[in-house]
Amino acid sequence: MLDFFQEFFSYTFIVRAVIVGSLVALCAALLGVSLVLKRFSMIGDGLSHVGFGTITLGIGLNALGLNLAPLSVSLPLVIIAAFLLLRISENSKIKGDAAIALISGSSLAIGVIIAAKTTGMNTDVCNYMFGSILAMKKDDVYLSIALSVVVLILFILFYHKIFAVTFDEAFARATGTKAGIYNMLVALLTAVTIVIGMRMMGALLISSLIIFPALTAMRVCKSFRPVTILSAILSVTCFFTGMLLSFLYSTPAGASVVVVNLIVFCLFSLLGKIRKSGATI
Amino acid sequence: MTLLTCDKLSVSYNRITALKNVSFHVDDGDYLCIVGENGSGKSTLIKAILQLIGTESGTITLNGIRQTEIGYLPQQTVVQKDFPASVFEVVLSGCLNRKGRNPFYGKAEKALALEKLAELGIATLKNKSYRDLSGGQQQRVLLARALCATRKLIVLDEPVTGLDPLVTTELYATIKELNGKQGIAVIMVSHDIQGVLESANKILHVNVEPVFFGSPSDYLNTSVGQRMTGGTTHA
Repeated sequence: MLDFFQEFFSYTFIVRAVIVGSLVALCAALLGVSLVLKRFSMIGDGLSHVGFGTITLGIGLNALGLNLAPLSVSLPLVIIAAFLLLRISENSKIKGDAAIALISGSSLAIGVIIAAKTTGMNTDVCNYMFGSILAMKKDDVYLSIALSVVVLILFILFYHKIFAVTFDEAFARATGTKAGIYNMLVALLTAVTIVIGMRMMGALLISSLIIFPALTAMRVCKSFRPVTILSAILSVTCFFTGMLLSFLYSTPAGASVVVVNLIVFCLFSLLGKIRKSGATI
Repeated sequence: MTLLTCDKLSVSYNRITALKNVSFHVDDGDYLCIVGENGSGKSTLIKAILQLIGTESGTITLNGIRQTEIGYLPQQTVVQKDFPASVFEVVLSGCLNRKGRNPFYGKAEKALALEKLAELGIATLKNKSYRDLSGGQQQRVLLARALCATRKLIVLDEPVTGLDPLVTTELYATIKELNGKQGIAVIMVSHDIQGVLESANKILHVNVEPVFFGSPSDYLNTSVGQRMTGGTTHA
């Protein structure tokens, strides 16, 4: 057992992936609780697709000789998309879910065309879609540590405001909480989390890191704080378990993490049902 | 003392006028009931008072109370139906406007939340999950939260929607008690005019434009008042 862990952690790329992944998983879980409860789950999904489109744009620009890191192209565009999606979900004639589906599909389509016309559908593009554990560089480690510290601090400082805005925006605004700012803050942090986690988890898979832990925790917890804490613990645990399994059975890392999340979700749903039926007897 | 004065207020949504030239005032300890048909601008008026929407013209002046110190009981949203929050967490969130820059709640806020829970007879529900409560209990929790946010004025937007008659009567009694014993002024939007006529001391009837503002007994003598109350005459 010890040998196994020794071997596991002897690879630098795994250590990086575990650090970045755990931190991203933690941030995603915290933000996810609010997003899921506000019925904004699809925003995470929409943003990851936008993330894919913008990353291919970044790679494409590189191929054309513009020396820009794909991330630095992607991040600002995804943040803009986050604000846009939030706006649309809040007040628009097109309903939020339909609007997000529109934006998701369009970004994916544009991304695929850019990729096909510039670099071709190479492994880079494939990695961004389904994730690659090798994608994490040293800078990503620093960036993700910085990000998660920021997310954690902001989340703890504004925990009560985020709760109030999530539970009842009208009341929160009436009693002087600037709900718009907190919505934007959550959207901004989500955008950054997605862009950082996307390359390891995959653009098509990253949104499950946001949605699964919160939903799983809600199966068994009945108050907000336990849901938040359990969701964070579950997220990191599932991520780590997924990485171990991926290493053991040589399965793709991102997909393994999602499957572990799915299994845990099923287990907790069952547990929640048993508890409920037990309570009524 | 006049708590709130609304002077020639007009509000429009997407260039459609929702309210026009509405004037009224609420004094300390008043119980104002806002009535009108669907789409008559009742909820718009409430949102304007709470500054949740902008106004086109006219003024709303508060006296002796800050804008953020109005206790609001909004209509329930879909989000809240299965929201995992304990009763205490919800009620405590009413103290958000009291804690200032401190990111966390202090002893005073927690004590206040407990006090309001006890006042509304739901102290035993403190650790229950909000989503497991009955409709009437949920309204009491939201009322407790509104009371945490205010000392003088609560604004209720159709608080008895979806409640059965018995629970409705109980909730009205509680609101009347808060109004009578603690002197908290009440502004309530309601469809159920019969249920509030005896409690309210002022009636505002709007149908985009103001139709009536005055005492319930005068209201019953107007033709619109008789129509709204089902034609009963008040001797």
